[in-house]
Amino acid sequence: MDDRIDNKRRRFLTNVTAAAWAVGGTVAAFPFIRSMTPSERAKAAGAPVVIDISRLEPGQMVKEEWRGKPVWVIRRTDEMLQKLAGLGENLADPDSERSDQPVYAKNVHRSRQPEVLVLIGVCTHLGCSPTTNFAIGPASGLGDDWPGGFFCPCHGSKFDLSGRVYKNLPAPTNLVVPPYRFLNATLILVGEDDGGTA
Amino acid sequence: MIRVLNWIDERFPVRKFWNEHLAEYYAPKNFNFWYYFGSLAILVFVLQIATGIFLTMHYKPSSEHAFASVEYIMRDVPWGWLLRYMHAVGASAFFVVIYLHMFRGLLYGSHRAPRELVWLLGCIIYVLLMAESFMGYLLPWGNLSYWGAQVIISLFTAIPWVGDALAEWLRGDFVVSDATLNRFFAFHVALIPLVLTGLVIIHILALHAVGSNNPDGIEIKKHKNEEGIPKDGIPFHPYYTVKDLFGAAVFLILFLGVVFFAPELFGLFLERANFEPANLLQTPSDIVPLWYFTPFYSILRAVTYPLFGIDAKFWGVICMGASIALLFFLPWLDRSPVKSIRYRGWMYKTALTLFVISFVILGYLGLKHPQDTDLILFSNLVWAQIFSFVYFGFFVLMPWYTKWDKNKPEPDRVTFK
Amino acid sequence: MKRLIAFLLLVATAPWCMAASEYEPLDPVYINLSDTASLQRGARLFINYCLSCHSAAYMRYRRMAKDLDISEELLKENLMFAGDKPGDLMRTTMPAEYAKDWFGVVPPDLTLIARVRKPDWIYTYLRNFYLDDGSPSGWNNTLFQNVAMPHVLYGLQGSQRLVSNSSEGDGKRIFRLEKPGTMAPEEYDNAMRDLTNFLVYLGEPAKLERYLIGVFVMLFLGGLLVLSYLLKKEYWKELH
Repeated sequence: MDDRIDNKRRRFLTNVTAAAWAVGGTVAAFPFIRSMTPSERAKAAGAPVVIDISRLEPGQMVKEEWRGKPVWVIRRTDEMLQKLAGLGENLADPDSERSDQPVYAKNVHRSRQPEVLVLIGVCTHLGCSPTTNFAIGPASGLGDDWPGGFFCPCHGSKFDLSGRVYKNLPAPTNLVVPPYRFLNATLILVGEDDGGTA
Repeated sequence: MIRVLNWIDERFPVRKFWNEHLAEYYAPKNFNFWYYFGSLAILVFVLQIATGIFLTMHYKPSSEHAFASVEYIMRDVPWGWLLRYMHAVGASAFFVVIYLHMFRGLLYGSHRAPRELVWLLGCIIYVLLMAESFMGYLLPWGNLSYWGAQVIISLFTAIPWVGDALAEWLRGDFVVSDATLNRFFAFHVALIPLVLTGLVIIHILALHAVGSNNPDGIEIKKHKNEEGIPKDGIPFHPYYTVKDLFGAAVFLILFLGVVFFAPELFGLFLERANFEPANLLQTPSDIVPLWYFTPFYSILRAVTYPLFGIDAKFWGVICMGASIALLFFLPWLDRSPVKSIRYRGWMYKTALTLFVISFVILGYLGLKHPQDTDLILFSNLVWAQIFSFVYFGFFVLMPWYTKWDKNKPEPDRVTFK
Repeated sequence: MKRLIAFLLLVATAPWCMAASEYEPLDPVYINLSDTASLQRGARLFINYCLSCHSAAYMRYRRMAKDLDISEELLKENLMFAGDKPGDLMRTTMPAEYAKDWFGVVPPDLTLIARVRKPDWIYTYLRNFYLDDGSPSGWNNTLFQNVAMPHVLYGLQGSQRLVSNSSEGDGKRIFRLEKPGTMAPEEYDNAMRDLTNFLVYLGEPAKLERYLIGVFVMLFLGGLLVLSYLLKKEYWKELH
C-alpha cells in the first residue's frame, strides 16, 4: 500500500464530502421548514369568501370574516362620497401612496365601484379593530367637523369613510383594501381578483 | 474566526472539550462493524428529536382530535407525511440500532470492568427508551395504540394490594382515556427526552473516562508511548469521524429506504389495525406489541402456572420484569477472565448463540397467537416456555459456564480480523 | 465476516421464513396508482355510490382533484355535493344518528379503509354481495357475514345468489346471476378494480410522490456513500 499522504487529494476529498453532506443537510431541512407553512386546512379556511350585499342599504355596513380578520363592506351615500375629496389636507396619505390596496382601489374612494367600499377592519397601527362612527359633527363626539368615519379605540387613530388615516395620529397608513371582485351586481368575492387568489 | 474562537475559549473551554472527546480521544484502532451502532444511535436520537418537535407543532393530544390530527399531518401539512414516517420508522430503527449496540457489548465484553457504569447507564437508557416508545405509540390514538396501552397498563394490576390503585394512577382514569393520552404526551415529548439526553451525555462521558473497549477485549492503555498515548489508539477525529460518516451514509440508505418504499414494513412498523381510530368497544382481533417488545411479551405470556397461591399473571409480570432487570447484572454474572468472544471457549459461544436464537424466536412468537402452531411440533406457547428457559439460562447459569469455560490466551496488542 | 452476514440474514429473515400463509379466499386485484384514468373512474364511483353514506373525512376535495388531474370545474359540477367548497373535507351528507337508525351501525369512515383492509379484501368484498332473504337488508356477503351494508352497486352488478361457498378446499365461491345489471361481469370487475385503486390512493395520497422522491434520495445518498467511503479510505490508509 502506498503510505504517502497525498495532502491535495485528502483536502479535495474532505471538501467535496463535507460539501455533499452539507447539501444533503440543507435539502433535508427543506421538508421541516416547509411543514411550518400554511397547511391545506389553513388554505381552505383562508379561501375567498362571498359577501352578499343585495340587502345592504346606503349608509350601512356588513362585517364578514376572511382569514380570521374582519372584512367590512360599506355602501356609501352620495353625500358621504362628496365629502371625501375635500379632506385631503387633513389626511396622512390622501392619495394612498404608502398604503396597501390593489391598483383598482388606489383612488379617492378606494374601491372598484365608488359607493361600495371593501376594507380589512384592522387598524394599521397595532392591529385593533376600529369602531364605526358615521355620525356627523358634534353628535359623533369626535369634534364638530367630523365627517363620519372610523375611530380606533386603542390609540385614537381616526379614518375617513375611505379608510384613509388622519394626520398626526399613531396609525401610519390607510386601512388595507383586500383583493376582491364582483361576481355580479350583489355578490362580492373577497380574497380573489383578476390577478388570482391572494 | 480564530479570534471569535479564542474569545469563546477564554470563557468556555470549547477546545478542551473538542480535544478531550474527539481530537485527542484515543480509541482502539481495531474497531469493526459492530462499533458503528453507538454513533448511529446518536444519529437516530437526533432525528427522532427533530422530527418529533416538528410533529408536535401539528399534533393534538386529545382523544377527540389525536387520530384526525395524525391524518392531518399525513395529508394537509406540507411534507407532514415524511416527518411522520421518519418518526415512526425511526422508533423501530432506534431499537434495531440499540439491540445491535447491546449485542456488541455481549460479544466483546464491553460491559465488563472497568466499564460497568457505562453498561448500567446504557441499560437505564434502554428501559427509558422502551417507556418512550410505548408512550409515543399511544399518541396516534389508533385502535391498536389504545388497546396496547390498556393491556400494558393492566399489567400493573398484577402487583398485589397496590396494583389497581397504581394502574388507575397511571391512567388518571378507570380506562385509558383522554387523561392518559395527555400525560403520555407530556412524558413522551418533554420528560423522557430530557432525561434521555442527559443520560446519553453521561453514558458517553463515562465511556471516555475509562476508554473504549475493542473486539479483542484487551485494554489499550496498558501500552503507551513516551507521550502517554496508547500505542494501539488512534484519535477519534478524524479517523472515526470519517468512518462513522460512512456508517451514517449506509444507515441512512437503509433507513430512508424503508421510509420511502415500505414505511409500514409489511405491518411490522405500522399495523393495519392502527389505521382505525381507538374504539373503546371493540378490541382488535390481534393485540400485538411492536416487534421490539415481543420477546418480553412472549415471556409474559409463557407463564401460565400459579405459584404460592398467587395467580400466573403476577408471575408473568415478574418474569418479564426479570428478563429486562437481569441485563443490569451482566457485568457481575460474567466470571470469565477474558472479555472478547474471540478468546472465549465453546461454552460462552454456545450460550450466546442460544441466547440470540431464543431472543429472536421469542420475538417472533410474541407476534403470534399462543395457541397456534407456527413452528414445528409444539404450540407457540410451549415453544415460548422452552425458549424462556433458554433466555433465563443464559443469565442464571452464566457465573458457572463462564468460570468453567476453556478460554484461549488473549493477545498482548490488538489484532485485526 | 461470513459468519456475520449469516447471522444478520438469520435475524432479518427469521420472521418471514416462519410466517404461516393463512389461507384467505381473496381475489387478487392489480393496484396501479400511476393509472390516473382508473383513479378518476374510481373517484367518480366512490363519490356517487359510497360518499352518500360513508365519509372520507380526512381528505379534501381539492387535494383529490389536484392529485388526479381533475379540473376545478369538473370537480364542482360532478364530484361535489352542492354547498361544499373545494377545500372542504369529504364528509357524508348522512347524519350519523340516521345512519345508525337505518343500518344499526354508523357506516365507517373510508379514508383509511385500504390501510385497514388489504386491497384484495376490498376488491373481493365489493364483488361478493348476494341476495339473502334471511338478512334485514336482503343482502349478504361471503367475506363479511351478515354485513349491515346493502349492495349499493347492485344496479351495476345485478343481483346474484350464492350457489356454493366452500370455505375449505379451493375456497371457490360460485354465484348465479339472477338479474343482470347495467354492466357485464367483466366490466363490473374492472369498475371495482378502479374503485379499489382509488381507495388505495385515498388511504395515502403521499404514495403518489413518495416513491419518486425516494428514488432521488437514494441516488443522492449513493453518491454520499461513495464519497464518504473514499474519504474514510484516504484517512485510514496511513494506519497499520
